[in-house]
Amino acid sequence: MSAREKILSRIRAAQGRAGSEPTEAELAAVRADIARRERGPQPGIARTADPLAQFKRECDRVGTTHFEAESLAVVPGAVARYLEANGLGRRLVAWHEFAGLDWHAHGITVDDRPARGDDGTGLTGSFCAVAETGTLLLLSSPETPKSTALLPETHIAVASRQRLVDTMEDAFALLRAERGELPRATWFVSGASRTADIEQTLVIGAHGPYRAHVILLP
Amino acid sequence: MQVQSMFFKRTSSMKLDDPVLQRNMKHAKGKFVDLRAKAIVEIDNWEDIRTHAAALRDRTLANLDAYLVEFERNATRRGAQVHWAETAEAACDILVEIARANGVKKVTKSKSMVSEEVNLNERMEAAGIRIIETDLGEYILQLANEPPSHIVAPAVHKSKEEVADLFTVAHGRSRTVEIPELTLEARLALRDHFLTADMGISGANFVIAETGTTLTVTNEGNADMVTTVPKIHCVITGIEKVIPTLEDFATLIRLLPRSAIGQTIANYLTLTTGVKGPGDSDGPEQMHIVLVDAGRTRFVGSDMQEMLRCIRCGACMNHCPVYQNIGGHAYGWVYPGPMGSVLTPVYVGIENAGDLPNASTFCGECQVVCPVKIPLPDLMRKLRERQFDNALRPWGERMAIRAWSFAVQRPKLYAALAAVGSRVAAWMGGKDRVIHWMPGADGWTRGRDMPAPEGKTFRELYRSRPSAKGGGAAISPSLGRGQGEGQP
Repeated sequence: MSAREKILSRIRAAQGRAGSEPTEAELAAVRADIARRERGPQPGIARTADPLAQFKRECDRVGTTHFEAESLAVVPGAVARYLEANGLGRRLVAWHEFAGLDWHAHGITVDDRPARGDDGTGLTGSFCAVAETGTLLLLSSPETPKSTALLPETHIAVASRQRLVDTMEDAFALLRAERGELPRATWFVSGASRTADIEQTLVIGAHGPYRAHVILLP
Repeated sequence: MQVQSMFFKRTSSMKLDDPVLQRNMKHAKGKFVDLRAKAIVEIDNWEDIRTHAAALRDRTLANLDAYLVEFERNATRRGAQVHWAETAEAACDILVEIARANGVKKVTKSKSMVSEEVNLNERMEAAGIRIIETDLGEYILQLANEPPSHIVAPAVHKSKEEVADLFTVAHGRSRTVEIPELTLEARLALRDHFLTADMGISGANFVIAETGTTLTVTNEGNADMVTTVPKIHCVITGIEKVIPTLEDFATLIRLLPRSAIGQTIANYLTLTTGVKGPGDSDGPEQMHIVLVDAGRTRFVGSDMQEMLRCIRCGACMNHCPVYQNIGGHAYGWVYPGPMGSVLTPVYVGIENAGDLPNASTFCGECQVVCPVKIPLPDLMRKLRERQFDNALRPWGERMAIRAWSFAVQRPKLYAALAAVGSRVAAWMGGKDRVIHWMPGADGWTRGRDMPAPEGKTFRELYRSRPSAKGGGAAISPSLGRGQGEGQP
């Protein structure tokens, strides 16, 4: 008997079911339960009249700075001002979708490749934003490598106000509707990386970025 | 981690006498409690969410085998390999074998309490494989060669001075006690390991049946490194971690960071599903998921199955007056506090951890703060009953409980004994009405005085109250219910 069979039959015996494998009927019941995709109770903060205000309030709380831009074309200028204000170098590693913008006009060099361990600033997009917690949802793909959001000291993310949803449940519904399945990496980011493991004293910038900045497009 | 729970009494006394630990614990306890209290009032339907979460965990546990098989099917479909381990040793064997088969020299690991349960680091090192803890707290403890003392903040018992001493030796830099500087040192030391490790090992806060996803919740981003950069990603987790859907995760994540450290949301919620796709520049080529039993099925179907609802937030220990005073190491195994007092005796045998279910004042705070409503005091009481029934408590204690049980079921006898006892105790209290030493309970009076009773029993006082002469008509209904009920 394999370890799998032993564990499964132990569970089944303890709960009064014979055998070492769930029956087709039991699996069908479980799949039916999953297919219901029942949502839990939604708190008041998840259903606000002004999701954008809620999103920005939560960003402020976790230390994510944000800027509302009127179009994709102004992103290079907004990035340039952010880099300038934070004393950062004018070089980015960016997701492919942003490589074609007019960076040259703002004196910024963009590397169109996945980030390496020594890159200073990474620019990514996002699948959607979640108002309840001031969170961005990012999905991995060949054009959207996770490393760009993770390895650089500064993470700048572009999000769309049209793709701002109220809750994580809404984000998952959008993901299922548009993509069907989860990509290899599906990750929610809320602010820069942090730790409080020494004397519960909060330090920003543990292993991931020190700074998180969101540019909100219409 | 080696089980040391049989030494609970001795170790907890030592911890109470340790001035450094006492200072560090005092510093910690207020923060956890205050931050959680502030965070949960922002949720207007906290109780409804707790109730829903407890129900969804119960529903899954009631058909645990089918949810696990459904998870396995979906994870496999996405290219992950699912392994099953009955025991701690088997879990280590599987991971060591994967490492060997792939010529792995260096492993980075993000925090996993299951890996502590099974002694993974020791087994990897014994097989000649370097394994590096990457959670800052765990990294500190690996340098100190100590086990974690808290499941969320593993190095909560360490002061920054102690960390500075460890880092000075490990990093060969000039000593600093500035916490941001210390954190930066660890970042620099670990960054290179992240980029060069052959294999990453993570735990999983949950695994999702619907999608075959494993999931980590962190603030540091170390689990993201470990699951993104190396060519092989291994997950080690318990069989009870399966949840049905992404929606269920959305519910549980409203509870977990708030209960754990009073945070609205953790910085990184990382869902990993299968191996890298064609053209992906990052992500592992192999993904292995080890589902560990190691005692969990002992809870399944028992009168203690509720314990498997646990989502490992640590709120029960943060709010426990016993934990707050002795810290986590005294409990002698991976899980301290009330959760450990239930898990440890069942996982490692009650004969090795007999004091743990008794290390509780039954104040009930753990149950009140538990995000999935685990009746922890009830479960500890059940373990105490098991110990009594199996003669695992000392003879004197069992005889005393038997004698008390005999008397309390005979009201007249009990009244007579209580009348004598209260008078003797009042006499023992002397002029200052304090008992300094009690025969048969010197463990109690060694460290504290006991106030002496009045000299009369409650029933005597009740009978002699002025209104008693009026036949009890003057007693308010609430007093009658609250105090008088059950009086003969």
